Amino acid sequence: MPDRQHTLAKVLELIAPFNKKGVTVSEGTRFAQDLEWDSLTVLDFVANVEDEFDVLITMNMQAEIETVGQLVDVLEKLAA
Amino acid sequence: MTDLFSKFDPLIEMRSALLEGGVTDPFNLVMEKVESPTVAICNGKRTILLGTYNYMGMTFDPDVIAAGKQALDEFGSGTTGSRVLNGTYVGHRAVEDALRDFYAMDHAMVFSTGYQANLGVISTIAGKDDYIILDIDSHASIYDGCALGNAQIVPFRHNDIDALEKRLKRLPPETGKLVVLEGVYSMLGDVAPLKEMVAISKAAGAMVLVDEAHSMGFIGEHGRGVAEAQGVIDDVDFIIGTFSKSVGTVGGFCVSNHPKFEILRLVCRPYVFTASLPPSVVATAATSIRKLMNSADKRVHLWENSKRLHAGLRQLGFTLGTDEPHAAIIAVIMPDLETGAAMWEALLNEGLYVNLARPPATPAGMTLLRCSLCALHSEEQVGEILGMFAAAGRATGCIS
Repeated sequence: MPDRQHTLAKVLELIAPFNKKGVTVSEGTRFAQDLEWDSLTVLDFVANVEDEFDVLITMNMQAEIETVGQLVDVLEKLAA
Repeated sequence: MTDLFSKFDPLIEMRSALLEGGVTDPFNLVMEKVESPTVAICNGKRTILLGTYNYMGMTFDPDVIAAGKQALDEFGSGTTGSRVLNGTYVGHRAVEDALRDFYAMDHAMVFSTGYQANLGVISTIAGKDDYIILDIDSHASIYDGCALGNAQIVPFRHNDIDALEKRLKRLPPETGKLVVLEGVYSMLGDVAPLKEMVAISKAAGAMVLVDEAHSMGFIGEHGRGVAEAQGVIDDVDFIIGTFSKSVGTVGGFCVSNHPKFEILRLVCRPYVFTASLPPSVVATAATSIRKLMNSADKRVHLWENSKRLHAGLRQLGFTLGTDEPHAAIIAVIMPDLETGAAMWEALLNEGLYVNLARPPATPAGMTLLRCSLCALHSEEQVGEILGMFAAAGRATGCIS
């Protein structure tokens, strides 16, 4: 599996426990509007992503991340 | 034309829906007369105040009032200028001296409000390539300080020592780091594990700023706050505080032992580009701070009040923000906004004022009835307060 696909798969896995509404998640899914996450859910999810990938995603970076695909892009960049 | 106010429509609708139910507007109360730190007249009715930050009851202290009157007579009603131009009078220096003595620290800088102290210090000392690591439940003034500056912001879960440590470890060792904590978090009234958090932060090479707004005057042996009570005040680089709580007037400050601290007076925009506090305000603050240095008896009584109210409310069946009283704030958790507003109004009708707190001020979307005690609440008043909570709670169905 290419790296990007692998990162996406991991991200989808981390989204699942917070996907209370059972939304079908793709790269275009938006965290706020589609998944309807509040700030505490975002904090918990980001903490899990940070632990999984051993990176820091600052609030400055979070402000630029709207969709699942954008998060994968950021993680790819941080890993590079 | 796009109406720039359309973005507020959801809030306007929520507010009118609440008020259409006939409930009194909880955010529009007017105090017609204030009799003492614990009693005011609201809507013509004598009301016990349990929703102020007048923890040490200094607002009507005769020495404090006399100092303010004298300063009004001798120095006039205002400075009409910035601290760095014509706005520093002897009184401003005197209140900074009082703060240095109170905290036993080398430097003290007074701002026009506590909000501006956080805004100014945080935005100025953390630059573009530096990191600010902060508790997710931090006060709005801390977040606004982050927004005014351009540092990288890293939040961690409320009071979670491991979460802080993990994030510090992921940061490059050589990068500038500021950890921002609060002594007492004002919504739930819980204290931070500063002992552990300050040690972890220092070990990671971070500077530490602690906002002690809600602990000054009564937590710690000398009333210096939670950092003093937990024995780590010497490792804290900056303490932020306010005159609008225990001190009993308005204004904010930062105290520090940093050898280069004084340069902030020239580079901190929320300090430079605003008018300094009026002479009467700094005179009342200085007098109050010096009296707070010798208020051990009041501190003891305030703790007794907190413990009694906490235990009493719990016994009545209310859900509280902390298992034990941590500070002079006791938060009663309401199931939803409607019940909270109804309970707030029922308490007001009983003759008790508390704060109704809502998001974004509260964490996790909670509605709270926030009670803050005063060292001048008598034992009888605390008894009366519990009686009012029992009656209002039963009338609104909050308790059985």
